[in-house]
Amino acid sequence: MEIPYTVQNRPDTGLYNAKLGIWLFLASEVMLFGGLFSAYVLLRVGAEPGMWPHGWLNVTLGTINTLLLALSAITTLLAWAACKVRDFTKFKIFHACTILLALTFLGIKSYEYHDKLIHYEIKLNNGTFADGHLVEKSKDFDLAKKTGTVTLHGRIVTDEKDLMDLRSPEAKAAKLGEVTVAATDIKSMGNYGPRHNTFTAIYFTLTGLHALHILGGTIVIFYMWAFGGSMWKTDPERFTNRIEVSGLFWHFVDLVWIFLFPVLYLT
Amino acid sequence: MSESEKPVSLQSYFRLCGVVFFVVLCTTSAMIATSFAHIGDGWTLKVALILAIAVVNAFLVAGFLMHLLSEKKLIFTVLIFTVFFFAGLMGLTMWAMSDFPTGTAIH
Repeated sequence: MEIPYTVQNRPDTGLYNAKLGIWLFLASEVMLFGGLFSAYVLLRVGAEPGMWPHGWLNVTLGTINTLLLALSAITTLLAWAACKVRDFTKFKIFHACTILLALTFLGIKSYEYHDKLIHYEIKLNNGTFADGHLVEKSKDFDLAKKTGTVTLHGRIVTDEKDLMDLRSPEAKAAKLGEVTVAATDIKSMGNYGPRHNTFTAIYFTLTGLHALHILGGTIVIFYMWAFGGSMWKTDPERFTNRIEVSGLFWHFVDLVWIFLFPVLYLT
Repeated sequence: MSESEKPVSLQSYFRLCGVVFFVVLCTTSAMIATSFAHIGDGWTLKVALILAIAVVNAFLVAGFLMHLLSEKKLIFTVLIFTVFFFAGLMGLTMWAMSDFPTGTAIH
């Protein structure tokens, strides 16, 4: 039995079913990300004065990722337009670009995550804080047994608030160097992972969920790029509609990033 | 007729995409410049300006790349509901911002 309205528009809605379906799905996605954005607002406004981080994320990498996603949105639109003019070769070229741009985006995001996961804040017994990227842990380092040392590339500050605004003149003027701390001097130690504070928690949650959407979209686009040839030969209209629907999802993912970038990187 | 039903010319889409990408470049640069500029005492004005620029950017993507400007009425109806509930979600969050349960340390 043939599935109805995969190509023709339904008389009552004026749309083919998949298109209405993807818009309804995107509406639910708006609410999903909306809930997390409202959590972000709540956490940010509720933070104690001077305790919300600024300048913790690499603006250059965020900008590159913004442009990569914008370019991928364009190649997605061009891939659909190539299907419309029945040029399968150009479709393959444009969607290959989309896949490469998406994978580059994920590569950069992974690098940013890694950078946060090797960044440590150590609270010392004397009340000061050692903060920086991990250089090395001595072989006998064991925080529980209080043995060994850990070396960071960073600095020591007296107040945790000094670590919050990395755009402040003081933070910019701070000299970074290698700091070696003995385990016996450490009160607590943790990296800038999701549990570090509410900023890193919402940062990893929002960008992680977004990255999962990028990954899912890339898999779908790759499937149609690699295995879409047979449907293209038998039913090019239906294939074109599939490309339009996947493109709408991809543009939505770009839209989410358009707000994630300024909210997390620039403010 | 929605955009997806119109006859398509690849050249016209190249032009459209060129314009959209140029504007995205400009708006992204404007957001970054605003972020690092000395505007006001705190972050409130900066955040408002940056988000306003982001809305322009989002309008471009939704309006032109997603063809929303020429879409069917039904899709707009769905989106109006979404905007309503999204505004409610954010509005209720803001409204409850200063509410603390009676008996808590902050209250």
